[in-house]
Amino acid sequence: MPFYHAIRIALAGLKTNKTRSALTILGIVIGVTAIIMVVSLGQGAQNLILGQIEGLGARVVGIIPGRQPKGPTDILATLTASLKERDFIALQRKENVPHAQDVIPLVFGSETAYYDGQTYRLTIFGGNEAMADIYNAYPEPGRTITIDDVRGGADVVILGKTAADELSQGQSLLGERIKIKGRNFLVIGILPEKGAGSLINFDESAFMPYTTAQRYIFGIKYYNRIIVRADSEENVASTVEDVKATLRELHGITDPDKDDFGIETQADTLETVGTILNTLTVFLAMVAAISLVVGGVGIMNIMLVSVTDRTREIGLRKALGATNRNILTQFLLEAIILTGIGGIVGILLGAGLSFAISLVISNVFGLAWTFTFPVGAAFLGILISTVVGLIFGLYPARKASYMSPIDALRHE
Amino acid sequence: MEIRNLTKSYDEGEVSTLVLRGLDFKIEKGEFVAVMGPSGSGKSTLLHILGFLEKQSGGEYLFENKQANEYSEDEISRVRNKKIGFVFQSFNLLARTSVLENVKLPLLYSGLKEELWDGLAREAIEAVGLTHRINHEPSQLSGGEKQRVAIARALVNNPEVIFADEPTGNLDSKSGEVVMEVIQKLHNEMGHTVILITHETYTAEYAERIIRLRDGMAESDTKVLNRRTRGAFIK
Repeated sequence: MPFYHAIRIALAGLKTNKTRSALTILGIVIGVTAIIMVVSLGQGAQNLILGQIEGLGARVVGIIPGRQPKGPTDILATLTASLKERDFIALQRKENVPHAQDVIPLVFGSETAYYDGQTYRLTIFGGNEAMADIYNAYPEPGRTITIDDVRGGADVVILGKTAADELSQGQSLLGERIKIKGRNFLVIGILPEKGAGSLINFDESAFMPYTTAQRYIFGIKYYNRIIVRADSEENVASTVEDVKATLRELHGITDPDKDDFGIETQADTLETVGTILNTLTVFLAMVAAISLVVGGVGIMNIMLVSVTDRTREIGLRKALGATNRNILTQFLLEAIILTGIGGIVGILLGAGLSFAISLVISNVFGLAWTFTFPVGAAFLGILISTVVGLIFGLYPARKASYMSPIDALRHE
Repeated sequence: MEIRNLTKSYDEGEVSTLVLRGLDFKIEKGEFVAVMGPSGSGKSTLLHILGFLEKQSGGEYLFENKQANEYSEDEISRVRNKKIGFVFQSFNLLARTSVLENVKLPLLYSGLKEELWDGLAREAIEAVGLTHRINHEPSQLSGGEKQRVAIARALVNNPEVIFADEPTGNLDSKSGEVVMEVIQKLHNEMGHTVILITHETYTAEYAERIIRLRDGMAESDTKVLNRRTRGAFIK
């Protein structure tokens, strides 16, 4: 019998039992929808986060204090104060790091701010005059931190939008003084609202000169980070090498394994974060795939009922000349067509829902969220659901094909 | 077709029931034979064996000069499809499927080109006089009409033998007569061999020859002297 005849028989069989067919594929539809949504949304989130990391600029090289952990016992080694003022000064020298355009020492931590009976817990970033440019954080209204603020350790602060609003209860804080750690700070600027779409939550933060933050807020002499910005993307690699050489010489290190600092470039961060997000997506997709197996068991269940239900039909077909293989093919094809249709519906539904969600995220939350159609996951969804149909349809189909025609015809 | 000392027994647990106890007869091509007997006489079992739906336990069954137990599974399917047409007491039509599609069912397994299906099915439906019902579903038909659809289905592959198992058993006498007339017409005009199973003498008298069974053995094998047609006897 030509194959398309077999398909027609199977389709006719499914058409006469429309409701049952539709209910049967529900499990597969839900399973594939879940896979498509998880992968599509996972990819959207990945694009968003990676986009933000890229937003920091490909020219940025971060220096982290302490030995970078090489194993579980090394964790404590990271908690050191190895980046100090002499490192900052040395890194600024053109003969040490010729392609460094900006060098920014960074200190950060949480503190409570007080104003007129209001309190607010903010994240304080201490930096220098180049900080505004690197984070694209220009106050509006107000001014940025100047080199004089840094040199003099001025008691000035720039507030994020949320922080300012919470403290002031509506009125403008520009030119007012807020109290942090018992000391008064002049508010010289307020950052415009940035939204949640950034790695650093600027809206709940405060910027001040690192000298001020070190001395009066955190009481430390070291830095939490030093950021070096190369003058061009091509010079990032050489800048990394120059930074390493400078710090090793200064710290008297000859064995690179004993480095008491770590270097982080955008490429590293992209790779690390990308790997984490990928792992997460794959894990979630696998959880979703389990529901496909559950759907497959549902298919087997219904197909078994269908075989019992249609025993007389099977007997009749055999009496009219259908071979065992004809019957096996018919029921197997019914199962595969069902799961295949379930897969396609699931892909369309999953893509549609993901697209709707991406619209909501980008419009309501204002994030740079893009919809991606996961081609690989779609193929996989179709493949898995068809294989599920094949595996779980085989047992009922075999059962049907081995029936004796006369017993089947007598079946009530 | 010919049977020699044919036996059939069913094993149910420890007990073995002998249903056919050694039958011998020969049916020539083009004959119209009625097999009669009370229920439990083994007439249905005999029909199932002759129609390749069951296998005999002992003895010989020759179909077209070949022993039935020498046919392979695929050959049996082909014989059921091409050489044999079945008409059952309970019609056995596919529900929610039109008359046309029901009649086409054997063609699906025939290996014939699809272009021919429609014409063959329409011809068979015309032969039983149901052209006006061609797109109806079985639930919209009367019992007699359902059985005529089943006859059209048995006819569509132009088989050598038509087996009818109590074709009038579920019908009132008027529809039963119409169905029997159709079967007789197939025999008279198209030359099909017909083997009919019934327990009513009235129905059996449409045939040319009656084999009576009792307790799995042939009681008598007689020619019908006064054949019935259109409810009346032929002289």
